[in-house]
Amino acid sequence: MKVLVPIKRVPDPYAKVKPLADGSGLDLSGIKFDINPFDEIAVEEAVRMKERDASVSIVAVSIGGAETEEQLRKALAMGADEAILIETTDALDPRAIAAELAALVNDLQPDVVLMGKQATDEDNNQVGQRLAAKLGWPQATFASKVSPAEGNVTVERETDDGGETLLLKTPCLITTDLRLNEPRYIALPGIIKARSKPLSKRERATSLEPQVKTLNLEAPPARAGGRKVGSVDELVDALKEMGVIA
Amino acid sequence: MSHLLLIAFDGADAIQGARFAQALDLPFDIIQLTGEAVTDLGARRVLTFGLPSLPPADFLAHALKDLVNESTHIAAVSAMRSKDVLPRLAGLLDAPMVTDVLKIVSKDTFVRPMLAGSVLATVQVSGSPILMTVRPAGFPEAVRSGSSEVVHTKPQFAGTTRRVSASAKQGGRPDLSQAGVVVSGGRPLKDADTFERLIGGLADHLGGAAGATRAAVDSGIASNELQVGQTGKVVAPNLYLACGISGSTQHMAGIKDSKVIVAINTDGDAPIFEIADLGLVMDLYEAIPQLMEKMPKA
Ligand SMILES: Cc1cc2nc3c(=O)[nH]c(=O)nc-3n(C[C@H](O)[C@H](O)[C@H](O)COP(=O)(O)OP(=O)(O)OC[C@H]3O[C@@H](n4cnc5c(N)ncnc54)[C@H](O)[C@@H]3O)c2cc1C
Repeated sequence: MKVLVPIKRVPDPYAKVKPLADGSGLDLSGIKFDINPFDEIAVEEAVRMKERDASVSIVAVSIGGAETEEQLRKALAMGADEAILIETTDALDPRAIAAELAALVNDLQPDVVLMGKQATDEDNNQVGQRLAAKLGWPQATFASKVSPAEGNVTVERETDDGGETLLLKTPCLITTDLRLNEPRYIALPGIIKARSKPLSKRERATSLEPQVKTLNLEAPPARAGGRKVGSVDELVDALKEMGVIA
Repeated sequence: MSHLLLIAFDGADAIQGARFAQALDLPFDIIQLTGEAVTDLGARRVLTFGLPSLPPADFLAHALKDLVNESTHIAAVSAMRSKDVLPRLAGLLDAPMVTDVLKIVSKDTFVRPMLAGSVLATVQVSGSPILMTVRPAGFPEAVRSGSSEVVHTKPQFAGTTRRVSASAKQGGRPDLSQAGVVVSGGRPLKDADTFERLIGGLADHLGGAAGATRAAVDSGIASNELQVGQTGKVVAPNLYLACGISGSTQHMAGIKDSKVIVAINTDGDAPIFEIADLGLVMDLYEAIPQLMEKMPKA
């Protein structure tokens, strides 16, 4: 079984990233980058599949600049067999990304595409579902448990009011939620060792221009902080005064 | 002619979505997938599917694709169910989509959050139709008047996904994303019983919903559908009571639209106090029982 794992390079989700004063972009000076946490969960899940079934092969792919090699190397160190960088500095929207990935899927013919439900920089939550639609594949978003079998995958997924279990015929697409697994820690030596694994580069296979363009970035209006109260009685009185409770 | 199609999963969702539909100020139709049609929201027509429950995303997106017709805008209220289906529909239509619209600048320009709400992006969309998930809290309550024509529609489903089972919703408490009061708990709640007794108990006392942080969900204290934040639910109650919650960027991303935020935390320097309207530095195990005694019961 071949598993394709698309990953994105994003600013460290715990870093405080601010927009530039002129709103033209993000101030990324001094910010570390990592694999999008949801994609890292997808890599981890693929590696666990491989550990259970040696016939699983894992290809990690990313679309981005040359620096994205760093994240692909990490995916290789985690256990991916091969990595592909679709090298571009174009600003792409989810529609263009999905088109690019669809071209790659048609070339590589994986049985499963496993990827993060959203990237923590743009928080779009679109690419997986769009890609599944383009390919005409069934999808399971927000996966919390993935059980592959011959010709199908059973996925437990999270929903607004709890969860459900879906049975998907392969080929299929799965997007990961936080509870699927906890990715293994990869120390630097592991990443260096993964240098012997194949990483190839390609150019974009499609030429879609983004249809969603960012005009401006700004910090949200700060919520005016309030005040501290000294006791539960004071709290209840203050809430009454504000008209929040009767 | 510009025209909006609002996709509503049920009646309550239609009422929330109509806030955005009325604010966009275009003629609109509603497709209401389940429940009895809500007909006083100003839509020209309400198409009802009359489904007992929702089919998987591949079936649903396929059926919706045939009903888009001349719509220039297609919107649904942000939720996991809409985020499952709408991007798939966008993929089928090869159309642009904007996630989590907070504000309308013009008919093709919108404001949305990114980086867990720490940045607001103004985006302009070319191409049509424009698909959107929208956060209703930023728009005025829908005006209720008139009476839309109701059209019973037989959707043409096609797909291959099979639903094996679904967990039933725990009844009783109001829906988190629409509740007027939300009581949330974090990591210090110890275990599921304690969470239910204190956070659930106070929520019930106030007639509200219970919410949780990811830390609480991850350690099995609260169930996953209660997670509030960047990757959980976005809430917009009149009162948000954060008990034992540090105030991570990811959690705050889900609570910023609350009218009044109250934080109870033993650490006076916890970041949650920077955005809380009222802060109480106190052990939640002492504070919550007192609150149950002193807050009026709903
Ligand atoms: C990609 C990604 C997505 C994420 N998405 C979300 C999300 O959607 N929602 C979310 O919540 N988190 C999310 N997180 C996690 C987030 O970063 C924090 O780890 C989490 O919100 C912390 O939860 P907490 O406040 O319960 O725990 P902690 O940060 O451990 O805080 C516990 C607080 O309780 C206080 N406390 C301890 N004992 C008591 C007591 N007896 N009485 C009163 N106060 C007490 C402490 O002072 C502390 O401030 C995400 C993280 C990542 C990387």
